[in-house]
Amino acid sequence: MYPRAFHYHRAGSLNEAAEMLSQLGDEAKLLAGGQSLIPLMKLRFANPAHLIDLNFIPKTSYIAHENGVLRLGALTRHSEIENSEIAAKIPILHDCAAGIADVQVRNRGTIGGSLAEADPSGDWAVALMTLSTDVHCLNAKGERHISLPQFIKDAYTTDLSHGELVKEVAIRIPAKNSGGAYLAFKRAAPVYPTATAAVQLTMDGDMCKDAAIVLGCVGLTPVRVTNAESALQGHKIDDKSLAAAEEAARAAADPQPDMRGSAEYKRSLVGALVKRAIRIAEKRARGEQVQVGPIYA
Amino acid sequence: MPEAIEKVAIRATVNGKQHSLSVEPRTLLVEMLRENLDLTGTHVGCDTTYCGACTVLLNGSAVKSCTMFAVQADGAEITTVEGLEKDGQLHPIQKAFGDSYGLQCGYCTPGIMLSAVQLLSKNKSPNDTQIRKAIAGNTCRCTGYQNVLKAIRLAAQVMREP
Repeated sequence: MYPRAFHYHRAGSLNEAAEMLSQLGDEAKLLAGGQSLIPLMKLRFANPAHLIDLNFIPKTSYIAHENGVLRLGALTRHSEIENSEIAAKIPILHDCAAGIADVQVRNRGTIGGSLAEADPSGDWAVALMTLSTDVHCLNAKGERHISLPQFIKDAYTTDLSHGELVKEVAIRIPAKNSGGAYLAFKRAAPVYPTATAAVQLTMDGDMCKDAAIVLGCVGLTPVRVTNAESALQGHKIDDKSLAAAEEAARAAADPQPDMRGSAEYKRSLVGALVKRAIRIAEKRARGEQVQVGPIYA
Repeated sequence: MPEAIEKVAIRATVNGKQHSLSVEPRTLLVEMLRENLDLTGTHVGCDTTYCGACTVLLNGSAVKSCTMFAVQADGAEITTVEGLEKDGQLHPIQKAFGDSYGLQCGYCTPGIMLSAVQLLSKNKSPNDTQIRKAIAGNTCRCTGYQNVLKAIRLAAQVMREP
């Protein structure tokens, strides 16, 4: 399958890419990992007249740790995060990176591309919303930092304005007594998940001091479940609080029925995922090592 | 729709051989390999980033060549299934697929072998979970995964031997 013909531009720097983007207008798209954009172009759902290739820009792929903040270059590939020792210290990042699609896609796909696409079934936005994450954006005028919940506006829609691109993703490193988990339920590796759940808990002894719970694939954007969070905050993680969190997750989910399952099925599934993710997050917050991978149907 | 689309000059090393080519930007890497270089061992299966039949190594990393433009491979080193054998000797992974009956129709085999080569280049003694994870992006429709696992285990063993 051939995409529609387009003009190819190779940016030498992110500033140059931003300039090209504002000059070429709405007909231009940025090419990062291309693992969503190229299939969309082949199917002719996306028909840009101009592609601006970011892949030849030096120093756009990095994972740096500075003053309690993890900084990831926009073109950092999922596989680089999967294999990063620094990122491994935040288990939810490893869960997410290592579970995206398959080896081949993880070798190309980028964290900046995933966030900028804002696919309702995308993985990164869901996992990163449980942490304090800022998206650093760049245009000809300069840089601005947007918190991730502000960045994701709607399905396939971000706060990026005309001529603006993602430069870096900055994640506040969680406290020592904090642990998280990201669970994706999938029918096979290369497909989008049916539902996902991300949980980050901060524990104070037996008590849950703080909780962040976000669901994926069950709404137009990641769904933050504040009722599930308050069901845990100030409580022990026991059958009662778990059941309350599960119930709140099911209620907050607004899934669309599709080939992956009915709305009722997905609501039930996402509740179970949240419960399971809370248990794993609690163990990790206590310093236990727990291996997590995608759950296959 | 743009009027005249200018072709782009690229250089790529494919299976150790340097090539200079002029390609239309929309040319997919798999098409460049098959149509321009006549390397038809890389297959097009689903053409939608699912099946992995088009897997090649790009600078040592497995990628789906139906989901990359040829212009993006400018300056890269690419290995296709044709580049696995050396001096008429099959690569241990090729030999192992034969010895273990790791294929039936063979359509998915080049892609699976290259995914396996990436795995074994980074992990000399993978366990079954790691092998399964490494080939999760490769689909076989003859239901041959058990023998594929056997083949990769065998190749790993052969490659470890001095």
